[in-house]
Amino acid sequence: MGHAKLPRKSTHIDMTAMCDVAFLLLTFFMLATKFKPEEPVVVKTPSSISSIPLPDNDVMLLTVDTKGRIFFAIDNKLKRKDLIDAINVDRNLNLTNDEKTAFALGASIGIPFNQLKSYLAANPGVRKDMDNSAPGVPVDTTVLSDKNELAAWIKAGRETNPKLRICIKADGDASYPNVSKIIKTLEGWHLFKFNLITNLKAIPPGTAAYAEANAGVGAKK
Amino acid sequence: MAEIDTSGGGKKKGPGVKKGKKLSTRIDLTPMVDLGFLLITFFMFTTTLAKPKTMEINMPFKDPNLKDEEKNKLKASAALTVLLSKNHRIYYYEGIGDDANHPPDLKVTGFNAKNGFRDVLIGKKKIVDGLKANGSLTDKDNLTVLIKPDTTSTYNDLVNMLDEMNINDVKVYAIIDISNQDREFISLTEKANGIQ
Repeated sequence: MGHAKLPRKSTHIDMTAMCDVAFLLLTFFMLATKFKPEEPVVVKTPSSISSIPLPDNDVMLLTVDTKGRIFFAIDNKLKRKDLIDAINVDRNLNLTNDEKTAFALGASIGIPFNQLKSYLAANPGVRKDMDNSAPGVPVDTTVLSDKNELAAWIKAGRETNPKLRICIKADGDASYPNVSKIIKTLEGWHLFKFNLITNLKAIPPGTAAYAEANAGVGAKK
Repeated sequence: MAEIDTSGGGKKKGPGVKKGKKLSTRIDLTPMVDLGFLLITFFMFTTTLAKPKTMEINMPFKDPNLKDEEKNKLKASAALTVLLSKNHRIYYYEGIGDDANHPPDLKVTGFNAKNGFRDVLIGKKKIVDGLKANGSLTDKDNLTVLIKPDTTSTYNDLVNMLDEMNINDVKVYAIIDISNQDREFISLTEKANGIQ
């Protein structure tokens, strides 16, 4: 007696449908991703339990690296164009239209005014190298000092876009006096409210903030 | 689906004609799917993690026209002064250290989770609550932490300290410039403890 033969089924699965789905999702994520803006220096921010997200628009970003160099940036190309126009007039930099466009399309600025023209005239590859050796925006403890170029940037930035929120993104290993100079400058312009960019960390259990966070979850239920 | 019919319409060739070997045009899509999902995973992770968080701080408004009598006086019993020093060390003392005859008793601690600054803060909160209960402090007097970062401290120390204020729900705190007197306190304590 022979066994009844089971028909052999192919183990080959048609992958086309799966491939379609994979690439559909891939397209979605690629389009939905907002890439991080170009940064002149790598900054490792400290962590905190604060979970307020960074706003998408109207941000003035002050970056401080480990050596204490300060980089200044605002978002929005049109506003950047207005800003450089204002700075150009204020400081008699004699920038050409091309150089102004270079500023509007560029990223953070970390060089003093007297080198700004040559920096903006350089092509993007060279500018990147210049960023690495840039001294940072000069800063002082009083806003009225002519050496405090950061104060001039902040003032011009606030004038072009009064809605700007000031965010300080400093490296955890930056020494306090460098950050303190920025805070002093902001205080000099009567800006007492600003944000510090941090990484999110978990709230340690058994503390007041932990109890509060969990009470909120309980109330929602 | 992903194949093309290559059977050639079933037309028979003559007896002497060699048949060309039929190659399957079926492509294995598995590696392509693998790649697709790998990229999806990458984009999924980057989108969620890219959003930075911020910590909002309000510095006290300095009004130059404000007279001394109008200022709110801080009660020493509700105050804790914190000096941030080098190597992430924290020196702290009760009160505001303004009494020249009784120099404050500096204690040292760190940001470690156990027996660190958090326990000091919780203890101090309890003491202030106790003083409120027995009437030595009014309801208006909150625990006030005066943060004085020394020039040798890092930005990490400052953010950690501000974070401790949020973690322990300390409502009133201020970042103040360190005074020379406070620096002296630190160096005296360092000498006494033999720390370099």
